[in-house]
Amino acid sequence: MRAANVASRAHQGSAWFDVERVRADFPILKQQIHGHPLVYLDNAATSQKPQSVIDAISRFYSTDNANIHRGVHLLSQRATDAYEGAREKLQRFINAAEPRETIFVRSATEAVNLVARCYGASHVGPGDEIIISAMEHHSNIVPWQMLCEEKGARLRIIPITDEGELILEEYEKLLGPRTRLVSVVHLSNVLGTINPIKEMIRIAHARQIPVFVDGAQAASHLRVDVQDLDCDFYAFSGHKLYGPSGIGVLYGKARFLEEMPPYQGGGDMISTVTFEKTRYNVLPYKYEAGTPNIAGAVGLGAAIDYFEGLGVENVIRYEADLLSYLMESLASVPDVKLIGTAPHKASVQSFSVAGVHPHDIGTIVDEHGVAIRTGHHCAQPLMDFYHVPATARASLAFYNTFDEIDALVAALHKAIEVFK
Amino acid sequence: MSYFNELYQEVILDHNKRPRNFGELPGADSRANGNNPLCGDRLTVYLKLDGKTVTDVRFKGAGCAISTASASLMTEALKGKTVEEIEHLFARFRAMVTGKTSLAEEPAAKLGKLEVFRGVSDYPVRVKCATLAWHTMLAALRQSDETVSTE
Repeated sequence: MRAANVASRAHQGSAWFDVERVRADFPILKQQIHGHPLVYLDNAATSQKPQSVIDAISRFYSTDNANIHRGVHLLSQRATDAYEGAREKLQRFINAAEPRETIFVRSATEAVNLVARCYGASHVGPGDEIIISAMEHHSNIVPWQMLCEEKGARLRIIPITDEGELILEEYEKLLGPRTRLVSVVHLSNVLGTINPIKEMIRIAHARQIPVFVDGAQAASHLRVDVQDLDCDFYAFSGHKLYGPSGIGVLYGKARFLEEMPPYQGGGDMISTVTFEKTRYNVLPYKYEAGTPNIAGAVGLGAAIDYFEGLGVENVIRYEADLLSYLMESLASVPDVKLIGTAPHKASVQSFSVAGVHPHDIGTIVDEHGVAIRTGHHCAQPLMDFYHVPATARASLAFYNTFDEIDALVAALHKAIEVFK
Repeated sequence: MSYFNELYQEVILDHNKRPRNFGELPGADSRANGNNPLCGDRLTVYLKLDGKTVTDVRFKGAGCAISTASASLMTEALKGKTVEEIEHLFARFRAMVTGKTSLAEEPAAKLGKLEVFRGVSDYPVRVKCATLAWHTMLAALRQSDETVSTE
């Protein structure tokens, strides 16, 4: 591994991925924090935005802004084209079969809530079971818990190993005649584990059980092909994918989206309304009540253009080199323990330092310009599993460099010095 | 460096490493649990009371250096004080760590060793670390007040 990493350091600024050129596209990265260059390693919380995304949002409001799907005037037509154009970009990005299977929502969290509510309404009853895993984010726990409480159903949990891998034999045992849905994270926001979701979906489908995939982290670090995965639902947010906050995507197979009841009532989700009876609109509009985040969708479309322009495969390769350098660098610091060491990982590394609380680490490395996340990462059950109150977490994006990882490690040494 | 001088003072580092009055308090009259859901910090504060006066106080739990040192120094500051004195002390402590200096700098606002937490006011996200033990202690105190008043 060491030889590979030495080689990978030489990749910095190489022909296939020019990180300095990429960094120039992100205005926020040029600033100083507490007198040091910003080292932004909190990408799993949210990613930074390239100038092209910022410009697309500004341009939309400067030249095209109007409400969509109504009005015969030219601006409304342009706004509608921009919004629906973004939907088509997202459809292609995840390789959905049709644009109508791509629903705009507020966030990945809203996507989970939508499916818990709408799928749950017609498919889940007393004694039924929903399966999630021990490494889920609160947003993929609480909506299912709420559904189970309401319906008298039961939430069952796929256990994990100490390295942070799902135990597939236990998963298979959990699947039973009362299982109504499996909901599992693609790429863990705490452990960085890439779960074998294609295999898990195959196993569930053999028993006619649909699968929801939380792709909040995965969409910006892996190649997502919903038809290849054959998932029934897939959710992600815009802000972790170099786009704006307040916009997210729910992919759903048309047959589920057709049969499920609507999520919210209002304008745009109807075809006719009388006081006696309302007929709902067709997909995708049935799930998009009210004026949506039009500029957010346009910004997310620009982010997809930017991300694909870099070459998703190049990004994956560069980030894999960065992650192995990060893991090796952290492991070389005395008293540092890595949390999440599955063989198949991407972009995220949690760790603890013996004798130093993660919050103190976070404050001290911030004094050196290094932004990391400390806390429970919205995954308290996972913290309980590892018997830690919190962890420190460094999470990568393609604009990070090997030098920035060195800066993190240098700052960590300072933190450890203070608490010696 | 600024963080070392202003936030992580020697006294704080010392109380973090060797917290005073740490562990359960057998025969406590009152106790309360506190946690910072965002940090994962959890602690329990135990109180012994003689009427309205705190005669002994201990704590246990796990947290960052600021919350551990704050709990430790708090236990030293409380012994022998009345409920009313403690409430006044907390008001001044909170004013200091939140940077509301008008109250914290009144001549009467002698905070003694607790002054080491003045640097917290430059770190707004850490205020909750410095006040967790205090909020937990007050919950224990008020719970005890209620018990006293109903008897």
